[in-house]
Amino acid sequence: MNQLKLICQGVACDRGGRRVLNHVDFEVGSSEALIVQGPNGVGKSSLLRVIAGLVAKANGTIELEGGMPERSVAEHSHYFGHLDALKPLQSVLENLSFWRDFFEPAAFGGGKVRESMSELEALDTLGIAHTASLPAGYLSAGQRRRLSVARLLVVPRPIWLLDEPTSALDKASEEVLLGLIADHIHAGGLVVAATHLPLNLPNTKFLNLSPVTTESEHMFAGADLDDYFDEDEQDEG
Amino acid sequence: MSWMKSLFVREYQLANRVGGGALIGVLFFLAVVTIFPFGVGPDMILLSRIGAAILWIGALLSTLLGLDRLFQADREDGSLELLVMSGRSLELVVLIKCAAHWAATGLPLVLATPVLSLFVGLDFQSIVLVTLTLLVGAPALTLVGAVGAGVTVSMRRGGVLLSILVIPLAIPILIFGVSAATAGAIDSNNFLVPFLFLCALTLFGLVIGPLAAAAALRVSGD
Repeated sequence: MNQLKLICQGVACDRGGRRVLNHVDFEVGSSEALIVQGPNGVGKSSLLRVIAGLVAKANGTIELEGGMPERSVAEHSHYFGHLDALKPLQSVLENLSFWRDFFEPAAFGGGKVRESMSELEALDTLGIAHTASLPAGYLSAGQRRRLSVARLLVVPRPIWLLDEPTSALDKASEEVLLGLIADHIHAGGLVVAATHLPLNLPNTKFLNLSPVTTESEHMFAGADLDDYFDEDEQDEG
Repeated sequence: MSWMKSLFVREYQLANRVGGGALIGVLFFLAVVTIFPFGVGPDMILLSRIGAAILWIGALLSTLLGLDRLFQADREDGSLELLVMSGRSLELVVLIKCAAHWAATGLPLVLATPVLSLFVGLDFQSIVLVTLTLLVGAPALTLVGAVGAGVTVSMRRGGVLLSILVIPLAIPILIFGVSAATAGAIDSNNFLVPFLFLCALTLFGLVIGPLAAAAALRVSGD
């Protein structure tokens, strides 16, 4: 059975001539979530962008075991960042259909392919099916965010890179999103999420980033901390 | 293949919807060409002699006008990040975006050229030749401009810098385009050589443009 494992070793990253990440090490495998924590400006988003290949790393290696060998880590990943990647002039459905057509679906390792949803199913799951024919420009911030989540549902990708996934979402949508992330993890997916709010997810590991000083290094905190949240192991989806 | 079609359709639709800017280029072209007779005066002989150049410069400026949003809009809403990391060939993405951009903004310029040619007193043969050279040469302007758009994508007011960067690169296209149109109108034997150079420049742009623009976009995520 082909398990995925994302391994980062000694990753360093410079932005604007300043080192924001130094010696970041972690491992995260199939059916696991890694929560990247730390104060604002510590490099949580930068770490996700480095994994997504959007920012060049200054040092270190990022490898994916068990994936398609000729594909990069980025091509196995969904990146869910601060920007929603929506065109206000196009309708909700057009926006979503475009990304579905554009992305090449990357199957999970080991044939554990989760069925991807159709566009309308995904919109329905997220509670915005009634907006399908509206131009995306008319959506509220939370609805835009939910439409952006729908992109992750219509194209299967094993790795989800989530940057503050619950921002702008109300309590109910947050529950739905956490349920979807939990489903993804249970289906053998792999989640790396940057957040400063506690996320209630199963099989969670934590990575605490601290500000880079001249000699300090980021501590590896990949130990299992499942007992940190007692109820984490329950299914939520 | 279907992703290419989806991308083309989306880009074309976005350019044509309200605020997309497809018509702005034609209106700007109209404005540029119209002010020349006012500036030069009612000298039909002079106007018809420089008419091809006026139309070419008008087309160049109109093309530059719309190019700054080619990648910038995608960068601002986060689409560019997804396009870059999707695993699809970024060169092809750039090429398709250029093709859609040209179909939405460049092609209307070519279609407007015969009408605007009348403003500068061109005869029938010259009208045909100017339109033909623009049809062949205007894609090169878009492709060369795409490189400038890729380089200036992260700048807030990149449009001006884009023009400054691209205009020198567009000079060869302008030279061969105008010389094919004007020389051909005097003696049709002189048409072929500059016209073939123009074709070569477009083919050259077809290769260099996407490669260079994609390279610029890859480092724009920083």
